[in-house]
Amino acid sequence: MWREWIPFWHPGVSPHGGDVDLLFVGLLFASALVLGLLFFLLALFCVRYRASNAIDRGHQTSKSWHWEVSWTAASFVCFLALFVWGAVIYFQIYRTPPDELSVFVVAKQWMWKVQHTGGQSEINALHIPISRPIRLVMASQDVIHSFFIPALRLKHDVVPGRYQDLEITAEKPGHYHLFCAEYCGTEHSGMTGEIVAMEAADFAAWLTQQAPSGPLAQEGGALFRELGCSGCHGGGSKVHAPPLEGLYGKPVPLADGSFVTADDKYIRDSILLPRSQIAAGYEPLMPSFEGKVSEDQLLRLVAYIKSIGGQRP
Amino acid sequence: MSEDNYLNAGYSLRSWFLTTDHKRIAILYFASLIFFFFIGGAAATMIRIELATPQADLVSSDMYNRLFTMHGIIMVWFFLIPSIPNTLGNFIVPLMIGARDLAFPRLNLLSWYLFMLGGTVTLFAILAGGVDTGWTFYTPFSTLYSNSYVVLAVAGVFIAGFSSILTGLNFIITFHRLRAPGLTWYRLPLFIWSLYATSVILVLATPVLAMTLVLIAVERVLGVGIFDPRIGGDPLLFQHLFWFYSHPAVYIMILPGMGVINELVSCFSRKQVFGYKFVAWASMAIAAVGFLVWGHHMFVSGQSLLASLVFSFMSFIVAVPSAIKVFNWTATLHKGSIHFDAPMLYALAFIGLFTIGGLTGLFLACLAYDVHATDTYFVVAHFHYIMVGGMVTAYFGGLHYWWPKITGRLYSEYWARASAVLIFFGFNLTFFPQFVLGAEGMPRRYHVYPPEFQVWNVLSSGGAVILAVAYLMPMFYLGYSLFFGRRAPANPWNAPGLEWQTPSPPPEHNFDTQPVVTRPPYQYSPDFEAEPQNA
Amino acid sequence: MPDAVAPQFISVRHRDETAELGMWVFIATEVLLFGGLILGYLVYRHAYPAAFAAASRHTEIVIGTANTAILLTSSFLVAWAVEVFAAETRKICAGLLWAAIVLGMTFIVLKGIEYAGEYREHLVPGIDFNFKANEANGAQLFFVFYFVATAIHALHMLIGIGLLAVMATLTWRSPSTRHRAALHSTALYWHFVDLVWIFLFALIYLPGRSS
Repeated sequence: MWREWIPFWHPGVSPHGGDVDLLFVGLLFASALVLGLLFFLLALFCVRYRASNAIDRGHQTSKSWHWEVSWTAASFVCFLALFVWGAVIYFQIYRTPPDELSVFVVAKQWMWKVQHTGGQSEINALHIPISRPIRLVMASQDVIHSFFIPALRLKHDVVPGRYQDLEITAEKPGHYHLFCAEYCGTEHSGMTGEIVAMEAADFAAWLTQQAPSGPLAQEGGALFRELGCSGCHGGGSKVHAPPLEGLYGKPVPLADGSFVTADDKYIRDSILLPRSQIAAGYEPLMPSFEGKVSEDQLLRLVAYIKSIGGQRP
Repeated sequence: MSEDNYLNAGYSLRSWFLTTDHKRIAILYFASLIFFFFIGGAAATMIRIELATPQADLVSSDMYNRLFTMHGIIMVWFFLIPSIPNTLGNFIVPLMIGARDLAFPRLNLLSWYLFMLGGTVTLFAILAGGVDTGWTFYTPFSTLYSNSYVVLAVAGVFIAGFSSILTGLNFIITFHRLRAPGLTWYRLPLFIWSLYATSVILVLATPVLAMTLVLIAVERVLGVGIFDPRIGGDPLLFQHLFWFYSHPAVYIMILPGMGVINELVSCFSRKQVFGYKFVAWASMAIAAVGFLVWGHHMFVSGQSLLASLVFSFMSFIVAVPSAIKVFNWTATLHKGSIHFDAPMLYALAFIGLFTIGGLTGLFLACLAYDVHATDTYFVVAHFHYIMVGGMVTAYFGGLHYWWPKITGRLYSEYWARASAVLIFFGFNLTFFPQFVLGAEGMPRRYHVYPPEFQVWNVLSSGGAVILAVAYLMPMFYLGYSLFFGRRAPANPWNAPGLEWQTPSPPPEHNFDTQPVVTRPPYQYSPDFEAEPQNA
Repeated sequence: MPDAVAPQFISVRHRDETAELGMWVFIATEVLLFGGLILGYLVYRHAYPAAFAAASRHTEIVIGTANTAILLTSSFLVAWAVEVFAAETRKICAGLLWAAIVLGMTFIVLKGIEYAGEYREHLVPGIDFNFKANEANGAQLFFVFYFVATAIHALHMLIGIGLLAVMATLTWRSPSTRHRAALHSTALYWHFVDLVWIFLFALIYLPGRSS
């Protein structure tokens, strides 16, 4: 296509990678133009108007505002164009990912722990099929980290206390660097890994070759019982607690009259900060599990609740 | 010295350490700043030596993290922010506006003592074992996880912040109240306009930093969570509070440099600065709009996309006044009579290097590209082009320009030009490869890195060696000039500013008779003779 | 003895007006100092409205209100003192300043009593903090801001009391135009500290008490 004729540009590995690179080339081109013009003028004036050069220096420009308005307006128009260009692609990069194929990522000092929904887990590596949008659900166990794949021109901070959705798609198979890009302590520069993008068939084969301990949802179910959640939320409970079957993805009426959607974040907050959003018609009795359950366990619980919500985890 | 001047007005320690003379206070600051520049530079040297190879061979990871943190803290708060305002500003401002001193001389001295106290506390933090949070102190790492002397370091910066605030306050009041008769606002040299804009930022932004640092200390010392997500605190709130100060702070670290460039470009083109009013108001615009862009440090942090949109837009807007200045300086050269003395070489270098730094800022303001480039060496290169290629270059230019006035001596023009050229070359070799590294994806604050990044790192480290030598050279020829340089006349550059209408070095009382201003600044006759502002 | 003017000033009036302008700029910096803190408070209050309201109900509104009345009165006395500053009325002026100082000290003492009460009720974050588990997180954040803000405010009060004491002493002995300007600046500072308290009072004691 026509883009291939542009110097420094190549289509890239992710759907928007080519767009980002084109933007980069555009910025480079505009900068080279301005810099070239500036250096040319500086050199020209320095040579032409050096003190030892006796040339006519009369009729110096006094009216400056024509020039001022012109170059201000030109700068502004140029900047506006670059702003819009960058903003459009940014919104595509960070759009909410479709919820078809999710992978959970837990960042902790100083490693990336990856969990596939089927239970396959990896450390500092992420296997994905090509040409499918993958929804990453990322959480941090401790400090702020940042998930950075240079080849995909993609980065997002992973902030403790919240879930971060990120869509990644690799169009070409290959191994790509994964870096932590937010300083996180001693082994920050060691917190690297690789993204392995594979053909669909290879990826399916890889999945079956792993020794999964069990699908995440299944492990979540076990945790649900071990941690005593079923004691209140289970069928035979004497405690009046909101039922969780069919809950995921539905709107939940809250005690203050508002509604909130039961998404991953809601589930996680309900476990850690149960009193922050009380469901309507229920007493605030649920104890907090803050400090008693790790991010790994949390995402298994979330996967479980999602599975009993009638959705594919 | 044959005549009475501020240097021989007293030789006792008391006359220096209890001085209220703005000129002596400037010298006190200058000496302290050289000291801190060496410490920050030593940290940089070790960083660059370590980064010449992909593995860790010089220092441990913990030590490396302390090195880049201390480099940032020292260079930002104990070198760049006080640099031009407290040395050249303190010395030249009263002379330039025809005043006897700043508005509050004792406050000026207090500023220096607070600076030294803050510096001492921070040095103590370094010697005790250092800080490893990065100069940005991001939470919850700095408040809950770091095993280093965070509270000490934060206390040192907190104290130094008061030095900044008092300096800014002193300058603002001085500009409003102590201008010589006839010196209207539009007759002020543009160095003053730039320092005024800088002072507004110093006064309004620094208190927010003070409060943020207090909150970090409270969280660490008392074990309470303000930014702790486990009790519902928000780590991103810290980033907003921190950058609300720290973005305007970077304008503190460039506006004075731009101010100096005005003086140099006009003097060595023998012409008034093109578009004086535009340049003056561009400084104020940079200060004002600079308060509205802080979120561009947080495009990938998880802040709302709408917020990112607004901050990106404002970041493009803030680039416009800087562009205006660059165009105006270039236009000043047109039909001028250009001399290539060392200060002018620095000014020309500034225009080029600042423009590169500024253009790469546009790359980062651009949302989609920032997703890739933020937290990589692209950002490191960008801000070093502005702060070192820009501000430090301007500082050296101003230092050479006003050296005869401050010391009463002339330096070796040959060695000065040689240094300027070597600095330019060494600087570009050090930092341009870092743009490539960032574009290729090398993250910042990395102690070890994948081997494919080594080539550019070696170039950068090689450049750093040259830059270090180049920065050391002025110590020698400027130092030599103090003892053996030719005596300087009152106006060695034949410039029209008020500071040149009094002897070099100036008498303690600055002017024998109160100057009365009758002309705008930067006036030269058709045959390029200066027309002094008070003639 | 006539007022000698430092050489950078051309007249007594020049010096005095400059000093006052200096105080205004300093107050601007203080606005940003407290402003940053209040901004943080507002962010968390928006996130945890119920918890903040509940926590606020645990503050001592009687002491808070008394302190507000005390500070307002002290500002009134200081303003009055500025009005009567003159050689003939110097004793009245100094007396008014001392009265304001006494009120200021009363404020500090009441604040201390309040802090002691909060300590006993386990409302000091980091020292055995205990709040009903419903809203513990938000309440803890509220009390962090409460203690930080009121402690910093109290520090400013102590500085203000010191300045007032210096002015009261100077005025009693021999007031001069120089002292008038200094008193003006001190009064500005005191009024500002009072104004900050009004904001803090509204943000600390009033949420959750409207019904």
